Amino acid sequence: MRSAPPGSAESAADLTPEVVIHTEGLTKLFAGGVRAVDGIDLEVQRGDVYGFLGANGSGKTTTVRCLLGLVLATSGRIEVLGEAMPRRGASVLPRVGALVEGPAAYGHLSGHRNLVLQDASGRRPQGQLGGGRKDRGDRATEALAQVGLGAVGSRPVRGYSLGMRQRLGLAAALMRQPELLVLDEPTNGLDPQGIREIRELLSALNRTGTTIFLSSHLLAEVEQLCTRIGLLDRGQLVLQEPLARLRAPTGRVVVVSPDAARAAALLGGCVEHRDGERLLVKGAEPAVLNARLVSNGIRVSELGPERRRLEDIVEERTRRRSGEVPR
Amino acid sequence: MIGSSDRGAEGVELVKLFSRRRTWVAILLLNLLPTTVAVLLAWTGIAPRPGSGPAFLAAVLANGSLFSIAALAIVLPLFLPIAVAVVAGESVAGEAEAGTLRYLLVRPVGRTRLLVRKFGAITTFVLVCVVSVVAVGYVVGRLLLGNAPLSTAMISLSGSALSPAQVAWRSVAAIGFITVSMLGVAAMALFLSTLTDSPQAASLGALAFLIGSSLLLTVDAARPLQPYLPTRYWLSFIDLYRDPILWSNLERGLALQGVYVVVLLAAAWANFATRDITS
Ligand SMILES: Nc1ncnc2c1ncn2[C@@H]1O[C@H](COP(=O)(O)OP(=O)(O)OP(=O)(O)O)[C@@H](O)[C@H]1O
Ligand SMILES: [Mg+2]
Repeated sequence: MRSAPPGSAESAADLTPEVVIHTEGLTKLFAGGVRAVDGIDLEVQRGDVYGFLGANGSGKTTTVRCLLGLVLATSGRIEVLGEAMPRRGASVLPRVGALVEGPAAYGHLSGHRNLVLQDASGRRPQGQLGGGRKDRGDRATEALAQVGLGAVGSRPVRGYSLGMRQRLGLAAALMRQPELLVLDEPTNGLDPQGIREIRELLSALNRTGTTIFLSSHLLAEVEQLCTRIGLLDRGQLVLQEPLARLRAPTGRVVVVSPDAARAAALLGGCVEHRDGERLLVKGAEPAVLNARLVSNGIRVSELGPERRRLEDIVEERTRRRSGEVPR
Repeated sequence: MIGSSDRGAEGVELVKLFSRRRTWVAILLLNLLPTTVAVLLAWTGIAPRPGSGPAFLAAVLANGSLFSIAALAIVLPLFLPIAVAVVAGESVAGEAEAGTLRYLLVRPVGRTRLLVRKFGAITTFVLVCVVSVVAVGYVVGRLLLGNAPLSTAMISLSGSALSPAQVAWRSVAAIGFITVSMLGVAAMALFLSTLTDSPQAASLGALAFLIGSSLLLTVDAARPLQPYLPTRYWLSFIDLYRDPILWSNLERGLALQGVYVVVLLAAAWANFATRDITS
């Protein structure tokens, strides 16, 4: 890992996962008694791509603001990169890149100038990756190219489209090659092509060791990108698990067959559910089941272990009435 | 290391402030009023009778270089403080409104440090304003009004003659005094700017503070309050052109501004250091 000091045993670091974000009982009460975040215990490990899900108003942005020290928690403990926040913000935040509730920039300045000024205004991170004044312009150019703004970086931000602004916000987060990226709805406003580009960019960064914490509404995105899921419901963390475990086979087998009626008759009590040509079979090994069906002359167009969709899991765990923003 | 990386950072607020067209428009407008007055004076040749109207205006027809001081007296009561209130009210609330405040704070820029930098940038802005008014006033005065030789002595408000060198250093002192005089309003606007996410609200609040103070100065019943009003000693800068200089009101003016700045900046800090940034 690039942040490992020389001589340290990298394999040991891989074996004992390092906790990058840790909260205990994080609670935020806004004036007026709104419990925006209600006793959540987050745990994000180094190398994770953590998908932070939740409906509108469930508290994602508030949590992100607490992590970054923008909003002061009412109670609870927060540790980011092993140090207490917001107390140690001065040493934690230079190693973090963030996008909070949409991008923001000075409209009268160019994208490139915005990046340079933003970098110049804050304390620089330590180590050779921190960079100084000299290469600031180069790093800004590189960050713009990374997010596909290379051609328009010299234009005033005033004339940028929504998606271009979003990309500029990402570039600002990436510019210092942070160890941890905290991104609140990073693909908001991007076109499908842009969403794919950003996904590929984030995967590539993650492969080189960047931990990513991102909130999103796009379950398909999260499903493709994330390794761990946290689900917020009205300020409470109702789920926090590796995606692979959530999406592990359920033990049932899905069979799609034009001869569904004959298949159901053959399998009898093992068929848990039938929906047109689609059968849900329990207690069977896919390969054995397939052989049995085919040997009985039943045509099989699809057969495989059932995996749960993230959408179903989210729906099951959130008690929200459909379509209504709580509170 | 912190020193080397932060030295560049202190200038960022200045770059942001002076890269705005709005800032330069404010400075331009500020100079428009005295220039208009100079044009009218040159055109009509009617100067106010000595002792009435802004200080020194009576003398400028003979000695145009004195118009630099007259220009200061023209912008001081209203135009200059309005410009200061607008720029200072914008400082934090403008960043909040644009959403850039949260990105500054996570960069990170410490909250205390941000306030200090903002106040530094505002102070620089005031100084640039005052110097520009003096410079433009001087040029306009020499071009349009009486261009007596530079070596001409100036008649002080006490009636004795002041040499050009004496006038020069007293004018530098006047620039300093007027700059400091604006800092009370600036600190008020900065404080309000940390309270609200609307730059307009912060600027208007500071203007209300200013206009209220000017109004109370004209009300006899407010006499016990008057020594503590922020605008009370603003015009005392003309005491620099007496012979000898009348220091008492100048000193009180500086001390009073100092108290306002310290109290209001402390209030701004107390509010901002622990505030939730939800913009
Ligand atoms: N400044 C504030 N004052 C009072 N209540 C607030 C404030 N900011 C947020 N809230 C409340 O806190 C709750 C969580 O808001 P938050 O913005 O964190 O939600 P979110 O999960 O980010 O929603 P979205 O998906 O719409 O972005 C909401 O009920 C909101 O009304
Ligand atoms: Mg949000």
